[in-house]
Amino acid sequence: MITFLRRRTLSSVIPLAVVVLGVFCLARLTGNPASLYLPLNATEQMRQDFAERNGLDQPVLSQMADYLGGVLRLDFGESLRTGQSAGRMALDAFPATLQLAGFTMLIAVLGAAVVGSWAAFKPNGLADRVCSTMSMIAASVPDFWFAIVGIWIFAVTLGWLPTSGVTGHGIWILPIATLVVRPFGVLVQVVRGAMVSALSSPYVKLARSKGADDYRIVTHHALRNAAAPALTVAGDLTVGLVNGAVVVETIFGWPGIGKLMIDSILQRDFAVLQAAVLVTAVAIFVLNILIDVCYALLDARVRQAAKT
Amino acid sequence: MSPMAHDRQGAPPAGEPAPEAIPEQSPAADAGPEREAAPRQAHGAARTGMWRLLLRDRVATLAACTLLLVALTALLGPLLVGDLATKQNLDAVNTAPFQSDEGWAYILGSDSLGRSMLARLAVATRTTVSVAVPAVLVSLLIGSVWGMWAGYHRGWRETLSMRTADVILSFPSLLLAVVVLYVFSPSAANIVAILAIARIPIYLRTARAESAELQSRLFVDAARTFGTRSGAVIRRHVLPTVLPTLLTVATADFCFVMLSESSLSFLGIGIQPPDISWGLMTAQGRQYLQTSWWMSIFPGLAIVITTVSASVLAAWFRIATDPAQRWRLSLPRRQRRSVRRAGQEVAR
Repeated sequence: MITFLRRRTLSSVIPLAVVVLGVFCLARLTGNPASLYLPLNATEQMRQDFAERNGLDQPVLSQMADYLGGVLRLDFGESLRTGQSAGRMALDAFPATLQLAGFTMLIAVLGAAVVGSWAAFKPNGLADRVCSTMSMIAASVPDFWFAIVGIWIFAVTLGWLPTSGVTGHGIWILPIATLVVRPFGVLVQVVRGAMVSALSSPYVKLARSKGADDYRIVTHHALRNAAAPALTVAGDLTVGLVNGAVVVETIFGWPGIGKLMIDSILQRDFAVLQAAVLVTAVAIFVLNILIDVCYALLDARVRQAAKT
Repeated sequence: MSPMAHDRQGAPPAGEPAPEAIPEQSPAADAGPEREAAPRQAHGAARTGMWRLLLRDRVATLAACTLLLVALTALLGPLLVGDLATKQNLDAVNTAPFQSDEGWAYILGSDSLGRSMLARLAVATRTTVSVAVPAVLVSLLIGSVWGMWAGYHRGWRETLSMRTADVILSFPSLLLAVVVLYVFSPSAANIVAILAIARIPIYLRTARAESAELQSRLFVDAARTFGTRSGAVIRRHVLPTVLPTLLTVATADFCFVMLSESSLSFLGIGIQPPDISWGLMTAQGRQYLQTSWWMSIFPGLAIVITTVSASVLAAWFRIATDPAQRWRLSLPRRQRRSVRRAGQEVAR
């Protein structure tokens, strides 16, 4: 298990390094990073001061060493807007996004497991139709439009739910409903496919001939074997959830990392944007490792293969 | 997607009340299929057969017609509506849709400056299509050439290409877009470039897998024995075999690219005003949701109708280009579904 973890960590560290270096290079590609970090109307004097203070007149390699040191200490500079530490702001916004993403994936995975198995068990039934409709919607409806239609119907016309900002349980419903569509639509197809092949396997026939009832066959025999492909896809979907979270947080005024990113773009606040992107990149890196661990726990063959 | 919704979206250039639209339509409809049929031309002799198959499937035909209409709107729409999209009419501010007393231009309502929604949608179609189509084409071209090269040669070239694809795919495309569009200004060309880079791995992986498998086949071996150089083998033998798969992937990916562009524009880091795209229109209409719902619902509906059509057509294309499954399309639709189920039962 340790060998397995070490190997997986090494291979997922490469994308992380690419992002960290990519942000550094991008900031210097435009010529003068000072124009990225400072407000648009900064004077020449301010630019020079900034360059000196941040060592921008040094050779590129020592700048890079400074930058990497800063990243390790979570020191990304200060926000132009608030003067707070950019790293602090990104870390403060992070839990809100994590909650949103966590609940969304929980609902998507549980829902997909139930509906997907049901659809595989009864082809052409109600669940099967829900399955194909949802995957169609997931592939072709933009999430911002889904959110807006949701606001229009449930908040503006019917007045059942708040649009944003107010405390209470109501504020959770529309953001999660919007976010859940895509992961659910994709996962339900994967679970259905995996369950169809699991249900036709010899061990299910054996269980049936033993006299196990349908419920037990699905939950104890087929679902565990169908879980592995679903888990891989669920991991990718969680990474992809960042895209949706940016949109949903902007629409519903959710104080998460996606809203922080968009706000810092609109207000030309590069330090905060950089911090938010790097914090997200680290979170995705950790998530990828967690998925690999789950995969190994679920399937002994993966663990064995890593040892040899 | 009801037929009515289809009409509503399709109204811009060819809507019946526009007298000049009618003569325009017939020559354009003849020129149009070339654009739509470009994938199918690869099949040469099989082409007429494909057309007949397409016409037999009502849903796929409808999807193809919708995409054709979107393409025509993108080409001719801005010409037909003229300055209607920017002309302000303060007498007709916030007109509700489907009230014919203001004339056909206001059939879909007007915005807060009294500009016709119909005309604005038509103009936005061009922006939206002119970002999505180049992005798909560029990533298709680069990704498939790179992938076929990597898969044909194997070894370090394959490993390096696959690792690169992994790196690009392991981060959400929006994260990349956000940083790049901040550093460089958000223009249409930059959005095309970012979306193309983000989607290259999809074609790279598909083309690599297919050509790695082909590389060991007998007909490729034979060509090599006769001294054909690798570039020629890829072009003459690998490409025709891989192309249908790649085109299917491209049709499905068109949805993804369009949705990404819309999201970026919606967030304010994509297409910038005064240009308009469907995503941007949805964002602009958002603040009027309480009073004038049509301002953001219609542009979004245009996106949904286009992407649904593209995914329906991609699904049809996948079956039509697969010789083992193609016969199914010659059955009536109802029967086909039961055959598909039966096929799954047998496969078990």
